[in-house]
Amino acid sequence: MNIQTSAQSEGSPSFSKAARLELRAVSKRYRGQERPAIPELSLEVDAGEVCVLVGPSGSGKTTALRLINRMIPLSGGDILLGGRSVLERDPSELRREIGYVIQQIGLFPHLSVADNIATVPRLLGWDRQRIAARVGELLQMVSLDPAIGGRYPAQLSGGQRQRVGVARALAADPPLMLMDEPFGAIDPINRARLQDEFKRLQAQVRKTIVFVTHDIDEAIRMGDKIAILREGGRLAQYDTPAKILTEPADEFVAEFVGADRALKRLGLETLAEIKLLEPNGAPASAGSVPRTASVRDALSQLLAEGGRPLDVVDDDGEVAGVITLELLGGLLA
Amino acid sequence: MIWLAAGGPVIPTFGGRGAFACERANRLFCSDWVSRNWSSVLWPALRQHIVLTLIAVSIGFVIATALALLAYRRGWLERPVLIVTSILYTIPSLALFELLEPSFGLTRTTAEIALVSYTLLIMFRNTLTGLREVPAEVRDAAIGMGMGPTQTLLRVELPLAAPAIIAGLRIATVTVISLATVASLIDNAGLGVPILTAISNDVFKTELIVAGAMAVGLALAADALLVIAQRILTPWTRAG
Repeated sequence: MNIQTSAQSEGSPSFSKAARLELRAVSKRYRGQERPAIPELSLEVDAGEVCVLVGPSGSGKTTALRLINRMIPLSGGDILLGGRSVLERDPSELRREIGYVIQQIGLFPHLSVADNIATVPRLLGWDRQRIAARVGELLQMVSLDPAIGGRYPAQLSGGQRQRVGVARALAADPPLMLMDEPFGAIDPINRARLQDEFKRLQAQVRKTIVFVTHDIDEAIRMGDKIAILREGGRLAQYDTPAKILTEPADEFVAEFVGADRALKRLGLETLAEIKLLEPNGAPASAGSVPRTASVRDALSQLLAEGGRPLDVVDDDGEVAGVITLELLGGLLA
Repeated sequence: MIWLAAGGPVIPTFGGRGAFACERANRLFCSDWVSRNWSSVLWPALRQHIVLTLIAVSIGFVIATALALLAYRRGWLERPVLIVTSILYTIPSLALFELLEPSFGLTRTTAEIALVSYTLLIMFRNTLTGLREVPAEVRDAAIGMGMGPTQTLLRVELPLAAPAIIAGLRIATVTVISLATVASLIDNAGLGVPILTAISNDVFKTELIVAGAMAVGLALAADALLVIAQRILTPWTRAG
């Protein structure tokens, strides 16, 4: 936390850019295959928004992602980045403007962490000093000790490698980031931590991000918008997590988000965001829950306490309000 | 035909004027003989051997690397290149010298062509394998971050293939050092010369052993140098 505030207070140069992304009737057909991998996909992602592509395997989510930076050539339609068609651009030049993070990370094993992060700035011809300053800034930003810059990827833990991968993708301040299951190879505990860190980082850098995952919970956690794809590359629903959880477009979406979608919705909010009952003098006997907890976790604790009311406490221990089962149940109505 | 080349200048040693007891008795090792003949026979032969090897390995390296890069981009080239280099590799060296002799005579060119042809298979195969073993995700990341094909090759693929390339270089170098003794039959240079002289002189043991040991020593030294070069060039292989 301290590291991040200090990085900001130094007036760090450079996270300014984010661009709007538009997929217009994009299609992908592989030769010799009867059905297209993606028949026709249209999506708009506003600048600074996180769009999660989620779906079962075979739904074409990774294909869609790789069409954007032209790692896979388009068969039809167009993709606009900042209003400009990616097809007009030289592919390598385009890719230097798009941060790219993949599940296997793909760090260069023969380069130090610092040199890995410096990849795109070098391609862009930045001078030495600017690169060094940028690398230091990025390491701090992803909560890594700057001393790690001299190490090789083989000397890092999985979580550290993932952070380096994100720092590398952010290095040249790209207006768009593509992330293909970036936390897929990380164990669940570290994944949750990386997800939290990522959200904090995104609050700071405000990039336009397309994020691919097969995990609906991750999609709900990370996305401003979620695009649910079904087999055959068709878009089933594109909306905010809350909307998808409350109003799934069809059976497929309802099944994909799971029978516990009401609970998942409660997981989207913390107690700080809802209206609590007034503390009426006497403390509720069943216990207390921090205000930073998600509504879902609070509900779980309520149930564990036999449904008796709980105090909600601030960081400083002050009772801010009370929650009851009726109150939380009412949120879903 | 070729054996005549070994006739060369007979070095006046064993049985010659001023021979000492050790040499007359043809003992295993006569240190006097070595010190008397070091600057006139052994050292020049070693120098020639090194030059012969350096030239052959350098040319072979350039050709094999170029072929490997071509085959890396155009997969169908691998088989024909493998077939041709395998044939070159399996031709007995003496037969190859005989084949080349009509065109190039008993010259250094003939010797070098033969030596180069033995390096190609090893270095081609190692380099190609090294390039192909670059992890797919690393290549994907390189291209995805905006490296062009040449940048990917120079900044990522070749450096990562370096351990395999150097391994091929080591085997090729040791092979050439050993074969270059036979090539002395052709161009009358290198450590093969004192070895042949020793054999034709009723197997003069000291010269045979010393020249043979020098060839072995040269091979070991060259190999060690390449190992050191690899450690310097690929420090990352020892990380983690």
